Amino acid sequence: MTAILRLPVLRGRRILIAKPGLDGHDVGAKVIALALRDAGAEVIYTGLRKSPEYIARVAVDEDVDAVGLSVLSGSHCELVAQTIACLCEAGAGEIKVFVGGTIPKEDFDYLRGLGVCGIYTSSMHLDVVVASVADALAVQPA
Amino acid sequence: MTAQTTPPRAATGDEALLPPKPVSSSGIPIPTVATADPTATAPLEAPGVYPFTRGIFPDGYTGRLWTFRQYSGFGTAEESNQRYRFLLAQGQTGLSVALDLPTQCGYDPIESMAKSEVGKVGVSLSTLADAEVLFEGIDLARISTSFTINGTAAIIYAMYLAVADKHGVPREKLTGTIQNDILKEYVARGTWIFPVKPSLRLIADSILYSNDVTPRFNPISIAGAHMHDAGATPAEEMGYTLANGLAYVDELGRRGGDVEKFGKRLSFFFYVHMDFFDAVCKFRAARRIWARLMRERYGVQDAKAQHFRFGVVCGGSSLVAAQPYNNIMRVTIETMAAVLGGAQSIFTCAYDEPFQIPTEFSAELALRTQQIIAYESGIARTVDPFGGSYFIEQHTDRMEQAILKVMKEIDDYGGVIEVIESGWLQRRIAERARERKTKIDSGDTTVVGQNAFRRADQSEEFGEVFRLDPQASQRVIERYEAVKARRSPAAVERALTRLERAAANDGENLMPCLVDCCHAYATVGEMVQRLKSQWGEFQEPVRL
Repeated sequence: MTAILRLPVLRGRRILIAKPGLDGHDVGAKVIALALRDAGAEVIYTGLRKSPEYIARVAVDEDVDAVGLSVLSGSHCELVAQTIACLCEAGAGEIKVFVGGTIPKEDFDYLRGLGVCGIYTSSMHLDVVVASVADALAVQPA
Repeated sequence: MTAQTTPPRAATGDEALLPPKPVSSSGIPIPTVATADPTATAPLEAPGVYPFTRGIFPDGYTGRLWTFRQYSGFGTAEESNQRYRFLLAQGQTGLSVALDLPTQCGYDPIESMAKSEVGKVGVSLSTLADAEVLFEGIDLARISTSFTINGTAAIIYAMYLAVADKHGVPREKLTGTIQNDILKEYVARGTWIFPVKPSLRLIADSILYSNDVTPRFNPISIAGAHMHDAGATPAEEMGYTLANGLAYVDELGRRGGDVEKFGKRLSFFFYVHMDFFDAVCKFRAARRIWARLMRERYGVQDAKAQHFRFGVVCGGSSLVAAQPYNNIMRVTIETMAAVLGGAQSIFTCAYDEPFQIPTEFSAELALRTQQIIAYESGIARTVDPFGGSYFIEQHTDRMEQAILKVMKEIDDYGGVIEVIESGWLQRRIAERARERKTKIDSGDTTVVGQNAFRRADQSEEFGEVFRLDPQASQRVIERYEAVKARRSPAAVERALTRLERAAANDGENLMPCLVDCCHAYATVGEMVQRLKSQWGEFQEPVRL
């Protein structure tokens, strides 16, 4: 697994990393963004405090393959549901959505039910996260 | 973060064949055995003597222990008031109010950006009516209260003054702290609202007003904690924070403040993570650096205005979800480092903080950790017990050099405002965060229970689950609507108009206007909107 980080498994993929809501903890979002970029993806980062509507609009305008939502304030259920609804409204329901942050186990089923393809917490290895995103985007590891 | 043993990357030739030399988490070499410094000429000064390496008080904790101050707050003012009374009944000696994100970012609870965040990471205070409930039955003349508030710090401080007025407590008796440090919000915590310049004005206004009206109150707590928790090393945490401190001193000077006076009320706030000696020595070194800067750069004569007073939080990102009970031991070790470093107040995180708001049980355990160290261990019985140790003094000296180097790097770049507005510092911290994460992933940094000594059958159990009352945000909104219905619209408009005019006039202190707005039950969102109309909003530099 440790070698995956150095392989461009996400080359050609476009990924939006976004901070919905008011949470200002952006370290996880930035660390994941850097790891995905090192794996070959073109990564766009929204910056802090973006509305679900704004995030969906950027995702469509930038023609991304996936959106990663980072939430550490406990509002992940509402904000992820709203963002996915906005993507669907914009006719972009095929864009994959993954979630990172302080996500309690009890909420995993709810988020997966919304169609979230991956849930990542701070204790996970970066290479595992990258491999999981690649897998969700149906990229075969080299 | 623990001391790690990776060899320096630059090692070449024969050096690469030698066993790795340990360095601290600040990158300072750690000797196998420390010996006397042959170049030392002067004996170390006594505690309470300039430049205060061994502490700001001659009697250390023997005169007075540090303040036990547990950060707490969630949901409605009623629920938080109940938790505060519980903690005070358990022997806590000061309150520390956690506010929700809408209150911190200046939104009313009904605004679309706010709705999903109401009462989540702290208590919602949208008008004076919430603050009245929050402090019900608490003696504000006796209990000191700290607010972790920045973007809206001046507003919340004004609200606290208005509550004290209602309680009939004279303002000059009030003690406590508002964090009120916007510079690090742009870097690490993210609850900025206005651009840098008007934000600095608002901070200077509140400090100068507080010096006169609430002379026992700390109107700023210049914080490195969040930058450290986000990724900065201990030396960087101190260097960035001291540089921010100088920026505030300069701004206060520009606005006519007397450094001999406001200097006595500046305080600081830091994290302690798992590198024990980096933590102890960063405080000893920073006390010395700050005192020298105040005396040599600003000509400060009064020792109290040279004092580097600080609070500490133990835990944060040094705590992990894997085998969560291990966090109790981590916090114990970190608290000992804070005490041996001479902290004035300590907040010990609960073991379940990596994944939830602490339960009453875990919050009590965290408080007991401090009490056991204070009353059973005996480490607070003598001042600076590490003073004079070969290793501690050498490591303090090296830490001082490392901190000064960080400060020079910022100076060379053009100062703190430049490194923040350009996004340079934000990027540096993100890089450090990535390095820290990579070292944990690779096992270079050991985290027991997470990347070492994991059990195959490891349980994820951590005891009681904290659940926010899902109706709490509804009750917050109900009180908010009720207050808006019963207040005098004319009085609110008068107060808000005066605030807006004062905001446009750089020479006027905004605090009296804010206190009037609070008394009229203007909302936090209304006050922020009026200020935004004059000042605009901060544009975050987004750089990866």
